[in-house]
Amino acid sequence: MGLLDARITNRNNVLVTSVDNVMNWARLSSLWPMGFGLACCAIEMMATNASNYDLERFGIFPRSSPRQSDLMIVAGTVTMKMAERVVTLYEQMPEPRYVLSMGSCSNCGGPYWNHGYHVLKGVDRVIPVDVYVPGCPPRPEALIGGLMKIQELVRMEGLGLTRQDALKRLAEKSVDTQQVLDQARRAATA
Amino acid sequence: MDKGMEEAGNLMSAMVQESKAAYDIIRERFGEAVSEFDANPTMPFFEVIDNARWGDIALFMRDNPRLKFNYMACLSGVDYLAEGKLGIVCNFESIGNFTHRIAVKVKCQRDGGSIPSVSCVWHTANWHEREAYDMYGMVFDGHPDLRRILCPEDWTGFPLRKDYQVQETYHGIKVPY
Repeated sequence: MGLLDARITNRNNVLVTSVDNVMNWARLSSLWPMGFGLACCAIEMMATNASNYDLERFGIFPRSSPRQSDLMIVAGTVTMKMAERVVTLYEQMPEPRYVLSMGSCSNCGGPYWNHGYHVLKGVDRVIPVDVYVPGCPPRPEALIGGLMKIQELVRMEGLGLTRQDALKRLAEKSVDTQQVLDQARRAATA
Repeated sequence: MDKGMEEAGNLMSAMVQESKAAYDIIRERFGEAVSEFDANPTMPFFEVIDNARWGDIALFMRDNPRLKFNYMACLSGVDYLAEGKLGIVCNFESIGNFTHRIAVKVKCQRDGGSIPSVSCVWHTANWHEREAYDMYGMVFDGHPDLRRILCPEDWTGFPLRKDYQVQETYHGIKVPY
């Protein structure tokens, strides 16, 4: 990074790009999630924010107010009582805003899907979700993977491409998980 | 007490014997208002038969110099569906005075029944009784602030009752999966 900067500034070079690209680069390099957690997933999210996984290297830094954040990480069990508060917080976030649903509970109710009278069976029943991260709770690597997806989504957006189209294109670019698993297994047994 | 229980009673552990001694003091004072002693090895207990006297029994248990049950460790709710009753189970200890402990059961009718509140005797009971009310729906007479404590205030039904059916929607949000 430093070397690249030096090469540009020292020779008085000019970078030419579209406004879209610069805007998107700026947005995806400073995703500010809202600092709130709901259950054990939040512990994992905090671990991801902390020094070992260091989310700040991606410019991801939790903010204490929905009005300053553009990403909501729904980390944990959303109770019926909390659901309305989540909607309020979502509505307080300025657009464009993104929602990452972290863990089985906020994806679909998780272990509470049947007998959990008090649990909302998926946060997508009350707010639109862009990326789902499976796991109970997901490991920090998985959360970072989800955040990378959000960044891809931001990169794709621009004039003439709606969020729905971008999400569709993102889904088409899905990774073949079996291949990744095989690769990891080969590496582990080698 | 049946024969099996009596045999077990002969082998009562020191802990159960202490509880029995405490129970005997309560029995002496309240007689038929309380049930026989149940020498349950895990948690010996007795039941309050005349539940209108539960408040007096509670005060006596707390203030009697030989009992001094100054600590309510827990208050749980129970749904006795087959008997058509609801109940509470309270666990008591005597911190800093004696090593004895005992559990007390109080029951009331499932429909329209009530149990005297002991929140003025042990302040711990305040929130515990609210929780029992929230989950089972028994009313605690004389409670200073009997509202739901965990569920939203406009929730329908009492979730831990055995015949509980979850509501279809809450504020327009679908509840079942």
